[in-house]
Amino acid sequence: MAPVLEVSGLSTVFHTRAGLVRAVQDVSFSVEAGETLAIVGESGCGKTMTALSLMRLIPSPPGEIVAGSVKVAGTDLLQLDEPAMRKMRGSQIAMIFQEPMTALNPLLTVGRQIAEMVSLHENVSRRAADARAVEMLRHVRIPAPERRAMEYPHQMSGGMRQRAMIAMALVCRPKVLIADEPTTALDVTIQAQVLDLIGDLRRELGTAVVLITHDLGVVAETADRMIVMYAGRKVEEGTTKELFAHPNHPYLQGLLASVPKFGAGEGTRLREIPGMVPALNNLPQGCAFAPRCSAAVAKCQEAIPPLETKRPGHAAACWMS
Amino acid sequence: MTDALYYARRYPLGVIGALILIVFVLTAIFAGVVAPMDPLTTNARASLAPPSHIYWIGADMMGRDMLSRMIHGARISLAVALGATCIGSGLGAMLGLASGYLGGWFDLIVQRIAEIMQSLPLLVMALVITASLGPSLTNTIIAIAIPLIPNVARVIRANVLSLRELNYVEAARAIGMGRTRIALVHIFPNTLAPLIVLATAQLGSTILTEASLSFLGLGVPEPYPSWGRMLSESAAEYIHSAPWLVIFPGLAISMVVFGANLFGDALRDILDPRQGD
Repeated sequence: MAPVLEVSGLSTVFHTRAGLVRAVQDVSFSVEAGETLAIVGESGCGKTMTALSLMRLIPSPPGEIVAGSVKVAGTDLLQLDEPAMRKMRGSQIAMIFQEPMTALNPLLTVGRQIAEMVSLHENVSRRAADARAVEMLRHVRIPAPERRAMEYPHQMSGGMRQRAMIAMALVCRPKVLIADEPTTALDVTIQAQVLDLIGDLRRELGTAVVLITHDLGVVAETADRMIVMYAGRKVEEGTTKELFAHPNHPYLQGLLASVPKFGAGEGTRLREIPGMVPALNNLPQGCAFAPRCSAAVAKCQEAIPPLETKRPGHAAACWMS
Repeated sequence: MTDALYYARRYPLGVIGALILIVFVLTAIFAGVVAPMDPLTTNARASLAPPSHIYWIGADMMGRDMLSRMIHGARISLAVALGATCIGSGLGAMLGLASGYLGGWFDLIVQRIAEIMQSLPLLVMALVITASLGPSLTNTIIAIAIPLIPNVARVIRANVLSLRELNYVEAARAIGMGRTRIALVHIFPNTLAPLIVLATAQLGSTILTEASLSFLGLGVPEPYPSWGRMLSESAAEYIHSAPWLVIFPGLAISMVVFGANLFGDALRDILDPRQGD
């Protein structure tokens, strides 16, 4: 099957007073219909900037997408003019955000906001759009959708609002859904429900999902494949199963080791990765992870390691493995 | 209808405010019917007559019935107050919205002009405008409305700047909404609350500005009565000898302002769905 979303060589920079900040560097990946790809990494590693670049929502200026292509079903989004891009957003590629509490307009009913989305992209009557909104709310398993559609965001709980957001994002059946930390602001039981919901909708509608998260538990449960980002670059890529079983890059090894394990025994210290993510306007010459890496050798300081296939379905960018 | 009853029970002060405004507006509309005498007929013998059964709230220096003058004056004062507030707030809100949302050079220019206008006293600007347009009711409204614009524009702009960064605006962009539609659907309705409060607060000051303009002979021309001029003309001379000339116009102005504020507060709450249940 041909991938629905094909990203290649994507690079995004910010022109700031402190210099050129390379937020995303040469990132490539592809997602097939009905597949979930997770993008993992610490805060500030470029996950969200990658997502915003896909949507072309990078604040510009100071941001600028300097290279690459983002193809959705063969159309390169980066070549479109703004009106054409607007038509793509929502109908072909949609995004849900981290904060469900403020992602809905407090003055409009939830149904109205979803219907607004339908009438934006499809030539339907207001009544038909409202009916579609109710239908979609039912789809995201909101009980009594007819009544809920008439309610305002403040009358809903966080999980309910996040579902309403998902309904809004999916009502026009986009081919690609980007979920930027969709569960971070929710409590754990609701997290599981929302993740299940995204998984089910993906299967039912055949949507390709790009899941952005720093929560490896979420990745293990929901993603088919994952890529690991560090300092704006992709450092490891492969199927979730493979990467969890055989983490190759010391960074992913460190991340996995720092997840608390049940039954690890009393008094066992949690392992951590020493140091901080480097400033993106002042990256080291070689591997960006080298200053924090226990396995680093002289070569790591000198040149950026290329992404190489280490095992079947598993590529990593590290000189040492 | 049931909605109206519900809100009426919930906001009794708002109802009082609305009633006050309705009484004044009806009085203004039916001034010819309600007023006991002709507001322009003079009577030398009744000069400065105190309140009595003929002149309920007294007569002015020219012996004109104060009550009738007040009733007819309601037309002019309310027309000026409502007209100037609506025009000033409306234009100010549009400019503030465009300025805050578009940003860039447009914002820069609008804000600098607003600063220049704000550095001039309101009355001086109104004076200059009426002096160049000539005194008439319409020109008075325009002259009072224009100086209101920068204040409103700045408040709305500040509000828009914070709204613009909210997630649902970003989310609206992510679902492919255009700039104009976002501004109208998502941003403008959220600026209504401060706009209403600002507008009701300005109602009072517009009446007083009109008074000052009329006092200087640049407002609504004589002999048409306006509360502001009735107040300002008699304040200095007759406050001791004929206090009713000062008290009643002053009372009318404060009543309108009071009513508008009560009504505006309730309206702001009603328009905010978070207060709904």
